[in-house]
Amino acid sequence: MPERLNLDGKDPKGAGVSRRSFLKGAGLTAAGATAAEATLLGAGLAASGPKTLGPGAVPIVLSVNGAARRIEVEPRTTLADALRTNLALTGTKVVCDRGSCSSCTVLLEGIPVNSCMTFALDVGAREITTIEGLAKGDALHAVQEGFIAADAMQCGFCTSGMVMSCAALLHRNPHPTRDEVNEAVSGNLCRCGTYPHVVDAVVHAAESGRGKGG
Amino acid sequence: MAPPDENVPTRKVKLNFGIAGASLTEIEREISADEPPPLPVNERLKLIGKPVTRWDGRQKVTGAARYPSDIQLAGMLYGSLVSATETHARIAVIDTSAAEKHPGVRAVHVVEKILESAELRDPTQEIPSKYPIVRYAGQPVAAVAAVTQAEAARLVEVTYEKKPFVVDLERAMAAGAPPVFPAAADQEGSAGGGGGPAGVLQTGNVRGPMKRSSSPEAESGIDRSFAACDVVVEGEFRTRVQTHSCLETHGALADWRVDGLTVYSSTQGTLGVRDELAAIFGIPKSRVRVLTEHMGGGFGSKFGAGNAGVIATHLSRKAGAPVRLFCTRKEEQWATGNRPDARMRLRVGAKKDGKLHAIHLVSHGTAGVGTGAGVGGPIHSLYDCPNVLSEEHDVFTNAGPGAAMRAPGHPQGCFALEQLMDELAAKLGIDVLDLMDRNDSHAARREERKIGTRLFEWSRRKPAGSDKGPVKRGLGVAQAVWYRFTNFDAACEVRIARDGSVEALSAVQDIGGGIKTVIAQIVAEELGLEPRQIDVKIGDTNNPPGPASGGSLTTGSITPAVREAAWKARNELVKHASTAMGLPAADVVLESGRVKGRLPGQKDVSFKQAAAMLATEQISAQAKRKPEYGERAGLRLGGVQFVETLVDTETGIVRPVRVVAVHDCGRPMNLLTLRNQVNGGVIQGLSYALYENRKLDRNTGIMVNPNLEQYKILGSRDVPDIQVHFIEEYIARSSTDASGIGEPSTIPTAAALANAVHNAIGVRIRELPMTPARVLAALGKVPAAKGGAA
Repeated sequence: MPERLNLDGKDPKGAGVSRRSFLKGAGLTAAGATAAEATLLGAGLAASGPKTLGPGAVPIVLSVNGAARRIEVEPRTTLADALRTNLALTGTKVVCDRGSCSSCTVLLEGIPVNSCMTFALDVGAREITTIEGLAKGDALHAVQEGFIAADAMQCGFCTSGMVMSCAALLHRNPHPTRDEVNEAVSGNLCRCGTYPHVVDAVVHAAESGRGKGG
Repeated sequence: MAPPDENVPTRKVKLNFGIAGASLTEIEREISADEPPPLPVNERLKLIGKPVTRWDGRQKVTGAARYPSDIQLAGMLYGSLVSATETHARIAVIDTSAAEKHPGVRAVHVVEKILESAELRDPTQEIPSKYPIVRYAGQPVAAVAAVTQAEAARLVEVTYEKKPFVVDLERAMAAGAPPVFPAAADQEGSAGGGGGPAGVLQTGNVRGPMKRSSSPEAESGIDRSFAACDVVVEGEFRTRVQTHSCLETHGALADWRVDGLTVYSSTQGTLGVRDELAAIFGIPKSRVRVLTEHMGGGFGSKFGAGNAGVIATHLSRKAGAPVRLFCTRKEEQWATGNRPDARMRLRVGAKKDGKLHAIHLVSHGTAGVGTGAGVGGPIHSLYDCPNVLSEEHDVFTNAGPGAAMRAPGHPQGCFALEQLMDELAAKLGIDVLDLMDRNDSHAARREERKIGTRLFEWSRRKPAGSDKGPVKRGLGVAQAVWYRFTNFDAACEVRIARDGSVEALSAVQDIGGGIKTVIAQIVAEELGLEPRQIDVKIGDTNNPPGPASGGSLTTGSITPAVREAAWKARNELVKHASTAMGLPAADVVLESGRVKGRLPGQKDVSFKQAAAMLATEQISAQAKRKPEYGERAGLRLGGVQFVETLVDTETGIVRPVRVVAVHDCGRPMNLLTLRNQVNGGVIQGLSYALYENRKLDRNTGIMVNPNLEQYKILGSRDVPDIQVHFIEEYIARSSTDASGIGEPSTIPTAAALANAVHNAIGVRIRELPMTPARVLAALGKVPAAKGGAA
């Protein structure tokens, strides 16, 4: 999916330390990475590569919903865990923990990413928008209004991720067709089966004409 | 069944009876004198039956809704499970010393008893062992509580003595198969919804037959009944194991303190969790509080405390701190429940006139180390047939236990029965809907067939396999049967404070069906307020008892109690306000946020002003579910679904394009949340029909798809156009006459799709999921897979 950001250390605003780019630099294949990483990092062999952080907690600053938040996280900490555990922003849900369900979707510079597949350390200065930051004060985002009006939720556990994917869709395409909505949430799994109402919700939001501005 | 309340004064009332717009009439019932007056049909109500938006929608779309797995308490520890890596083994040693020495570890617990599994009838027959015998890969063995979401569980070393195992149905049934249990075992039907009858004959791994028949003659002479038939159809049908795949995994945050236990549990039955924990830990129910403000999906798998909940409590007690323990995705997929598979041999016989005369089912299914793989419901309950016999078997395998899953046994049973009805109609040379009409006296379904025929334009249906070209279109239909269960431990308290605020309280939990919204609608309807003005506080065992949400019984059980409590609170308010307003109580009406005299010009105050007239700070009324009105006998829910599909005969891909789902649920309470739930039932049914299949590796017994990308559930781009229609059926059974929709909405979907596939390609697919490989094999384009992978 082209709108997904490649997080392999290529972003200029990134913190400059990426596990994947480091391992690539060290000439390791993905298959060998897991076993080798602890040894390499532990033995300090990374000294010849980019800056080494960890294994203990490292202070970082995340820009979340418009506020700079200073936290300490171990390098293994995902963005999802940092949001949920360190910042108590539990609207972001972790369901599959491996990038196959999109329940943990947040926006990085407006682009939807799986926060369970993003290291907190990799975010750098990029602006993070979570489900808690989508509304402007009491004024809900048009997608949130649409979700309530169309009842696009049941248990609600996929809802945060669905809303974030749909908000990003309306930002780049203010008047999507039903097919385009289905395409935009095709990575968002819902076990209750709310998909038809999700589409209704986004159509409702697009018709309200406020989708893009939020 | 509630015990009849004797010596309670009664009165006679006239209640709506029949289907609105088709057969509506009135019936007289004798009801308890303190029940609210009869409720008019939905058309004459302001809120009940209307598409009211979800009461907690704002919380859910802003991330403010706090699920049990979101709760963080001061000093909270993170629990993680040590799951068995062997499929069948005796544990020789569990070495926890390394874990205990880890600086972040605060407690280690070794599991002493496994829940949700069958147990030996005679415990002395168990293999001698210090620890529970491992009978499936993924069985909890131990657990660790630590200060971070640590890896300390990996430090627990388990030494296994491996035993032979068997994970698939046919091999487990074979003579000489490795025994899953050393002797006969039972898993009695429980609040968890799993399990079945005890004391059943067991041979090797096979329990059964469990026989059920329409008459002694059917049991002894079903072959004679078939001999008297003019037309007989038969076939073998297979369905696969489906996992619940709840998005929020099973688990709890347990906080054990000297003065009591508080548990935030992701459950569909707060009271069941409380009762189970009280029993296991030997503490009074009054000292256990279970909280479930929101929960992320259950589908039948989240009734009791579960292994995770009990282990979290043990860890909290040992550590002296709150412990959060939620299963990982992998643990969720392999060990927390599933819909058992089924191999069904079914025969259906009819007379020349299309009247069913005999049905015989022999079924085998595996719920792993549990029981409850029966599929006989539909053949006994859907059609009128004089001679019906089912012989059901549970087969033990070394696999995670089954659990109740949305209409246990019914999607499986319908998959077989409704395909044979389709086949029988073809043999008789009549339309299948005509065949249904001749054999189905259920009033709601009769009306639903009529409505569906029109909405779906059933007359478009062509003879099977007659479509030209490689991509063929087919139309199919199938029906549901479910039961109007009621849990009489359903109560509600409604409070009105002197500032005009209103609360509704019950232990009942909202699993996503939207009962919070319906409670708010009812209370608001009685008090003349808006739903959002009612503070609905549910999912807390400190409140009056509420039913577990399973079997589509929540709405039917709790709504009459809610209405009665709201009505009593209203009367209390009116008593105080009318005196202050100088009006007779009987002349006071509550509507649009006003409390006023019936006639123009009479006193008219806001609800808030009326509440200020209360003599005390708060009034409160509580009510519990009353017995059903009238004789209670075999009340059933229906549902008819029509599916249109495309089948690509070159790739084998089945692509449903349209579904018309016509359903009944008594008085529909909220058309918006109901439609959502039926969409979900259809979508889960299509997902079951096309994709879902828990796969265990035959050589290791390990689940090879314990995740959400290889265990496939239906995604947004696979959803067809779904049109949902409700009939409004009154049966005069309670003060709301409402019922549920969760189960019936998923029962007929797979069968209707299978019938549509047959109509498209002229070949019947008798095995789920209907993958491209199975479709191509059925078309004779590729060889069938050998042995049917487990």
